[in-house]
Amino acid sequence: MSRVVLVTGVSRHLGSRMARILSYDPQISRVIGVDVVPPREDIGGVEFIRADIRNPVISKVLSSTGADTVVHMGVISTPVQAGGRAAMKEINVMGTMQLLAACQRAESVRHLVVKSTASIYGSGPKDPAMFTEDTQPRSLPQSGWAKDSVEVESYVRAFARRRPDVGVTTLRFANFLGPKADTPMSAYFALPIVPTVLGHDARLQFIHEDDGLEVIRLATVDGHVGTLNVAGDGVLMLSQAIRLAGKASIAVPGPMVGLVGGWVRQSGISDFSAEQIRFLTYGRVLDTTRLHERLGFTPRFTTAEAFADFVQHRGLHYAISAERVESIERGLARALGTATKVEAQIASTLRVADHA
Amino acid sequence: MPDATILPFSDDGSRARRSLSSVPMPEATPAPDPADYVEPDFEALSQGQPTGSGALAQVNDVVADWLDFLRRRVTGDYVVDDFGFDAELTDRVLLGAMRPVYDSWFRVEARGLENVPAEGGALIVANHSGTIAFDALMTQLALHDHHPAHRNLRMLGADLVFQTPFLGEFARKAGHTLACNPDAERLLADGELVGVWPEGFKGIGKPFRERYKLQRFGRGGFVGTALRTRTPIIPVSIVGAEETYPNLGNIKPLARLFNLPYFPVTPIFPWLGPLGLIPLPSKWIIEFGEPIHTDEYAPGSADDPMLVFNLSDQVRESIQQNLYRILTERDSVWK
Repeated sequence: MSRVVLVTGVSRHLGSRMARILSYDPQISRVIGVDVVPPREDIGGVEFIRADIRNPVISKVLSSTGADTVVHMGVISTPVQAGGRAAMKEINVMGTMQLLAACQRAESVRHLVVKSTASIYGSGPKDPAMFTEDTQPRSLPQSGWAKDSVEVESYVRAFARRRPDVGVTTLRFANFLGPKADTPMSAYFALPIVPTVLGHDARLQFIHEDDGLEVIRLATVDGHVGTLNVAGDGVLMLSQAIRLAGKASIAVPGPMVGLVGGWVRQSGISDFSAEQIRFLTYGRVLDTTRLHERLGFTPRFTTAEAFADFVQHRGLHYAISAERVESIERGLARALGTATKVEAQIASTLRVADHA
Repeated sequence: MPDATILPFSDDGSRARRSLSSVPMPEATPAPDPADYVEPDFEALSQGQPTGSGALAQVNDVVADWLDFLRRRVTGDYVVDDFGFDAELTDRVLLGAMRPVYDSWFRVEARGLENVPAEGGALIVANHSGTIAFDALMTQLALHDHHPAHRNLRMLGADLVFQTPFLGEFARKAGHTLACNPDAERLLADGELVGVWPEGFKGIGKPFRERYKLQRFGRGGFVGTALRTRTPIIPVSIVGAEETYPNLGNIKPLARLFNLPYFPVTPIFPWLGPLGLIPLPSKWIIEFGEPIHTDEYAPGSADDPMLVFNLSDQVRESIQQNLYRILTERDSVWK
């Protein structure tokens, strides 16, 4: 069967990469990329249609191309990308509503894949340590991207009820990180000094962009239906991630966090929404059993490896490099007269790093 | 140098290495390839064997161990589990700070450790007392240091713990999690030792005149969890904790002001200020009782509320009876 796939949000990095990957698939004859602005990256054999999913034009695109699969990647995560929070909400919520309305009319559509986010679970002290796909969140997100995504998912569920013949896949991703993806977390770790919440250390999970796109590809091609959590295995503590990146950080007392978040937001470097602050306070860990068992997929990068790859490719500013720490340790060891053993330990650590 | 000064060091060193090997590190240090090392000493060293002999070499090993630990801390080179449990930090720092308290201040006597299985899930259920949860920390330390399998106790705590700055962070790093069914079942299914204090704040904050009288056991949720995961329940009776901070009164307005479940008044707190926070040096006995097995009940029996209530009562009775027995056996609160 030759298939026609429509991908939304192709002007941005992940969307355009996804469209390109799908265009190489032998089962897929046509890939149509849709977005408001043309993609910055080369999208190879993908046909680009300049259309705004916020207006009914998208319906014409669907009927004229006869697409059988729609991959919705048009939900954006930071106001910086959209040019303001209002525009962001418009694109995310209204865009999804229009797209789903068009899909409901289009007889040809058989499968819908939605790139959602684990931030719909919120984060708080009353949540269980790990979220399964069925966990009822205790603290629904009140702002930003996460709130948009909660609304997007509710429209997707309504669509699934109205078109039971369409297989719907909702993928709830942990934060994307990788050499290129621009996400709230990549902007956060790129700050010159990373602000953290005093007295809290969040548990974080990341998904490498290569793995994330592979999951979307598998869901699109194999047609798995249902909701899946997607995250790299393992957990990093926020403090640990900051140390791995060799960043300087500053712990901000709870009552002042909102203020600092406001400064960061206004500077336009990074989105620092209330939801993001809650995430950086309490963290969030996903149970990815379903990803492993039902989709049969194990991410190639663990959370720690995805983070390491991100740090390496972004050339993050190292305030504290591993080499400097080692040289300090050597100095201390010499002063204390345990130089030989310390050398051996450093050597064994380096060997581990080389093997990884 | 007398031998006595050497022994504690070597003990400490081996404990540190043991905990390292128990950390589930996917990229565990590969066996060193002799060709990579010019100096023959290195191979032995990286396997953690002391080189020289005598006290100086021992001290050097400990210093090098700590330097290694600190370097990996600063560079983020360590592993935490999905719950945020940092086994190495817990062993070295959190429990390390508690060891002198355990050994010298409370002189804890851990009995019946053989009732705790060496592997697999089990639910530790204990009485809660003493205003500050030292009893939980001492139980964790007893199981970690004195059980032959050096088991980590993963406790279930109130949500108040996890929303409090610092406390919540330390609790997660020490391996504890929120008291809720999904977390308890996940830990037990993973073969972990889970600790619950079903009396909660009612137990730990009760007045001194009610010492060693068990409070209501919550809703018995822990029994349901044990039944569903078919893990044994081990009743634990802790004697000594009640006398650490004799709670004579509760200043409710202050408790409300600081958002605390209670604001205790003890013979020395708040009168002596921070000094009043020093616990009285009572002699402790932690007794791990006979396990109550749950695997003989049919699957689905967790949905039988009568069975759950009965089992909950059985556990409560067992702890209470053991408390009374230990109290009659003890000669003095202080020794």
